[in-house]
Amino acid sequence: MIKKRIIPCLDVKDGRVVKGVNFVGLRDVGSPVELAKRYNAENADELVFLDISKTQDGHDLMLDVIRETAKELFIPLTIGGGIKSVNDIRQLLNAGADKVSINSAAINNPDLIREAADTFGSQCICVAIDVKYDEARGDYYVHTHGGSKSTDIKAFDWVKRTADLGAGELLITSMDHDGVKEGFDIKFLKEAVGLVDIPIIASGGAGNINHFVELFKETDISAGLAASIFHNQEVGINDLKETLDQEGIEVRLS
Amino acid sequence: MIGIVDYSLGNIQNIKNALEKFDEDYILSSRKEDLMSCDTIILPGVGHFGEAMKTIERLGIKEDLITLAREKPMIGICLGMQLLFEHSTEGDAGGLGLLRGTVERIDAGHPVPHLGWNTLDSKSAPLDQKDVYFIHSFMVTGSPDIIATAEYGIDIPAVAQHGSIIGIQFHPEKSGEAGLDILRTAIKGGFL
Repeated sequence: MIKKRIIPCLDVKDGRVVKGVNFVGLRDVGSPVELAKRYNAENADELVFLDISKTQDGHDLMLDVIRETAKELFIPLTIGGGIKSVNDIRQLLNAGADKVSINSAAINNPDLIREAADTFGSQCICVAIDVKYDEARGDYYVHTHGGSKSTDIKAFDWVKRTADLGAGELLITSMDHDGVKEGFDIKFLKEAVGLVDIPIIASGGAGNINHFVELFKETDISAGLAASIFHNQEVGINDLKETLDQEGIEVRLS
Repeated sequence: MIGIVDYSLGNIQNIKNALEKFDEDYILSSRKEDLMSCDTIILPGVGHFGEAMKTIERLGIKEDLITLAREKPMIGICLGMQLLFEHSTEGDAGGLGLLRGTVERIDAGHPVPHLGWNTLDSKSAPLDQKDVYFIHSFMVTGSPDIIATAEYGIDIPAVAQHGSIIGIQFHPEKSGEAGLDILRTAIKGGFL
């Protein structure tokens, strides 16, 4: 049976990893390639690089990062951040990315999802959705620009629409849970999984191993993504996967 | 020398990286005379079956590929595997017809694409119980040449081999060391 995936996410700015990375024994903690190797050795199933560069030069450096990483690592690589066009996607895929993750651009121009899926195939188009519960409006809404701008789009509607437009996968980040380390947003994720028949990656809220056990036991989510708890070695990916295995959840072991 | 068929579809960078990793020389070409000088042909591909066949026909290389497969070992990867068969419902298009069987959308009661790491079941030792990375929405059906499958509610055909024609549905170039070993074995003649 298909394995539940564990995915570390690295924020990269101008070709360098920028925050929260605290690996012991790593010569260059800012090097995406070095960190990717480390995660590969720890048995990560896939890597996400989120490009938070503000300039075109910064985005161009990301292409070098992908090329170098793909030369040394033979596991799937997803790139997100600042993707605006089919041409941006083409450059990333040609450099060696396996999937791209589109966020704000898909909200501004939903047809980009369809155009990208038609051009490259749905399987390499992941749509990232940042959701936040709005007390006043009594529902979950989509946020953009790293979660900083709210929209009038209801999150569940957008989940369905992106799948209809041809997304091959969704990366759902619960803004209310992100950084709080008290567990994934099981309630939202459970409902989202029921709405679509494409795989969903859950993000936001993982603070310990049990949160991943809960995620995979309570929902049919395909993958769990986290950043700081892996970077700070609060949770080791090998330890996490061994526990999941003991709990009867299918994972890829080394 | 490996000849990678260049028909401008999909991500071939990672196949090139894998070949470089194990010091295989390769060329990238869509010209029959170039590919005829190679020992083994790799047919890569991601994306849409119908669009891929249209591109192959526009380049005028369909007959060349069929001729090449008769004379050289050929390895189709991911969509490249599916193109080896007779027909796909994706775009309702005919394939190269080198292997018997057709391609249909996965209907397994689980999410589609079939995306992630899955375990191979095979009578062939280099394949059996290996975890490899899949990412596809369509699969081969009705093929007598399937030598490895992956369980996903149904048995997903993962590797086909008929003589010196090999199809690999997953991405060996993205499946870690296990995947590189499988690609190396395929290049050395396969799994039969």
